[in-house]
Amino acid sequence: MKDKFNFLKNSSVKSMFVTYAIVIVAYLVMEALMFTGSVNYLLMDLLVPLCVYSIVAIGLCLCVGYLGELSLGHAGFMCIGAFTSATFSSLTKEFISNEIVAFLLAFVIGTIFAGLFGFLIGIPVLRLRGDYLAIVTLAFGEIIKNIINVLFIGKDSKGIHVAIVDPDALKMEADGKYIINGAKGISGTPHLSNFTIGVILILISLFIVYNLVHSRSGRAVMAIRDNRIAAESVGLNVTGYKLMAFSISAAIAGAGGVLYAHNLSTLTATPANFGYNMSIMILVFVVLGGMRSFRGSIIAAVLLTMLPEMLRGLSDYRMLIYSVVLIAMMLFNWSPKFKELRSKYAGVFKRNKKSKEAV
Amino acid sequence: MSMLEVRNLGISFGGLRAVDNFNIKIEKGQLYGLIGPNGAGKTTLFNLLTGVYKPDKGVILLDGEDITGKKTTDINKAGIARTFQNIRLFKDLSVLDNVKVGLHNSFRYSVLTGILRLPKFRKVEKEMNQKAMELLKVFGLENEAHFVASNLPYGKQRKLEIARALATNPKLLLLDEPAAGMNPNETKELMDTIRFVQKEFDMTILLIEHDMKLVSGICEELTVLNFGQVLTQGETSKVLNDPQVITAYLGE
Ligand SMILES: Nc1ncnc2c1ncn2[C@@H]1O[C@H](COP(=O)(O)OP(=O)(O)O)[C@@H](O)[C@H]1O
Ligand SMILES: [Mg+2]
Repeated sequence: MKDKFNFLKNSSVKSMFVTYAIVIVAYLVMEALMFTGSVNYLLMDLLVPLCVYSIVAIGLCLCVGYLGELSLGHAGFMCIGAFTSATFSSLTKEFISNEIVAFLLAFVIGTIFAGLFGFLIGIPVLRLRGDYLAIVTLAFGEIIKNIINVLFIGKDSKGIHVAIVDPDALKMEADGKYIINGAKGISGTPHLSNFTIGVILILISLFIVYNLVHSRSGRAVMAIRDNRIAAESVGLNVTGYKLMAFSISAAIAGAGGVLYAHNLSTLTATPANFGYNMSIMILVFVVLGGMRSFRGSIIAAVLLTMLPEMLRGLSDYRMLIYSVVLIAMMLFNWSPKFKELRSKYAGVFKRNKKSKEAV
Repeated sequence: MSMLEVRNLGISFGGLRAVDNFNIKIEKGQLYGLIGPNGAGKTTLFNLLTGVYKPDKGVILLDGEDITGKKTTDINKAGIARTFQNIRLFKDLSVLDNVKVGLHNSFRYSVLTGILRLPKFRKVEKEMNQKAMELLKVFGLENEAHFVASNLPYGKQRKLEIARALATNPKLLLLDEPAAGMNPNETKELMDTIRFVQKEFDMTILLIEHDMKLVSGICEELTVLNFGQVLTQGETSKVLNDPQVITAYLGE
C-alpha cells in the first residue's frame, strides 16, 4: 500500500503534478471569475491566445531545453498546424456536425502535418553538428508564411483546385469557393476553440513532454544534449533521437496552431502571427521560464502576454513596466545569486524529506 | 581467436602521422596496458578503435568481427565501451541516469510505451534501476545515485564513467587514464576495482595510464607507444625493464 505512492517521493514526479495542479487551479479560478461576471472582455479574448502561446512554448521548451537545439521557426510549425487544420475544417464542415469530433480530427491533421514538417527539416539538419538548425528553421518559418500568402485553394463541383500566385489559374466553375485565398487567407473556419479545449490541450502537451523526458527515450535525448560523443560511445542512435524529439516539439507547436486557427473566423499568415517575431517571442517565454522548465515556460507565456493588456490604462508607462518585469524575471531565473538561493531552499526541502525517510 | 586484433593501423592529421603501423593482439580476459609519453598517440588510438576517427590504413577485428570504419554507435553495439581522458559525463543527468543511459540498448521499451506509461514502462524501468544500482555499488557510488553527475568529486566522476561504459555490456573495455587526478588512496582503490571488474565480469580491458604503480600492479602485458609507433610490446616486467623504454619514457 505504502509502495504505491513511492513514486511521489521522486522530486521530478512531484514537480510534474504541481504543474498539472497549477494549470487546473488557474483554469477553475478563471471559470469561476467568468461565471460571476468579474472578467472583462479584454481578458476573455485573451484566454485562447494564452493557451496557444503556452502550448507552443511547451513544444519549444522540449526542443531548446531538453534536446539542446535552438529553433527560431516554431511559429512556422504553428502556421502549418493552423492552415492544414483550418483547410481540413473548411472542407469538411458540412459533413461533420459534432464539434468535438470536428476539432479532434482537425487537431490530428494539424499536429501530424506540423510533426511531419519537423521531421523533414530535421533529416538533413539534425545530423549536422553546430547551430544550423537555428538558421534553417528561421528561413523555414519565413518561407512557409510567404508561400501561404500566395497559395490559392478552391473547391467546386469538380473537386479541389490548387494554384500558386495567380488565383485565375484555379479555373473554378461558377459555383466555386475559395478555401485558401492567398493573402486573404482562410475565412469561415468553424469556431471550435475555447478556453476549456485550450486548457485540455495544455494538459495533453504537458502529459506528453513530461512522460517523454522521464522515460528511456527522453533520457537518451538529454544524454545527447549533454555530450554527443559520449552518447555515441554508449551506443545511442543520436540522429534518430534528435529527430524524434524535434518532430514531437514541432507537432506540439502545430497543436497550438490548430487551437489558434479555430479561434478566428479569418485566418491569415502575417508577420505578426506567424513571422519570426512570434518565434522569438515564444523563445523569450522559454528562456525566461528557465529554459528547462515546462511550468516556467507556461508562466512566462501567461504573464508576458497578459501584462501589456493589463497595463493598457497606464499607456505611457506600459512598455517601461513591461521591460522592468522582463528584467526581473530574467534575474530571478538566471542570476547566480538567485539560483543559489533557490537551490538552498530546494536543499532544505530535500533534507527534510531525507530525515522523514529515515524515520 | 583474440578479443582484439589490430593490424597496420594508421592515421594522419595534416602532416602529423599520429598513429602509424600499429599492431596489437589482446586475448579474452586480459588486462592490457598502453603507455607512452604525452602526445604519443594513445588517445588517438582509442578514438580509432571506437570509430571517432576513421583510420586511413589498417584493420580492426573485435572477437573476429571486422569493425574498421564503423560508426561509434555501431562499434559500441559490437562490443567496445570506453571512458574519456577529459571526462565526458552526461553532466546534468543524475548519477543513476548516467548508468541507465548506458543500459539503453539492453533494456528496451518504445517511445510510446514511455509516453503512455504502459505497464511495460514500469517493469523495465524497475529492472533498469536495479541493474544500475548494482553497477553503482561495484564502484561505491550507490549513495550518490541521485546526485547530479557534475556535482561528484573528480575521482568519482571517473568511476562513474567506467560504470556507464560497463553498463553497455561490452566485450572490451577501454580506459583512458582512469587514475588521472586521483590521490594515491583513490588510485589504490581503483586498482582493486579494475581487477574486480576483470574477474567478476570476465572483462577484457585495455587501459592507458601514466601511474607506473598502477600499470606495473595490474597490467599483464604492455605496449609502449612513442611518436605514434610501437616501441616495444610484451610482458609488463620485461617491457618496464627495457632500456629503450626507460630512455624514451620513464627517464623523461
Ligand atoms: N583531431 C586532431 N587533429 C589534429 N591533431 C590531433 C588530433 N587529435 C590528436 N592530434 C595530435 O595527435 C598527437 C597524439 O595525440 P594523443 O593521441 O592525444 O596523445 P596521447 O598519447 O597523449 O593521448 C598529438 O600530437 C595531438 O596533437
Ligand atoms: Mg591522451
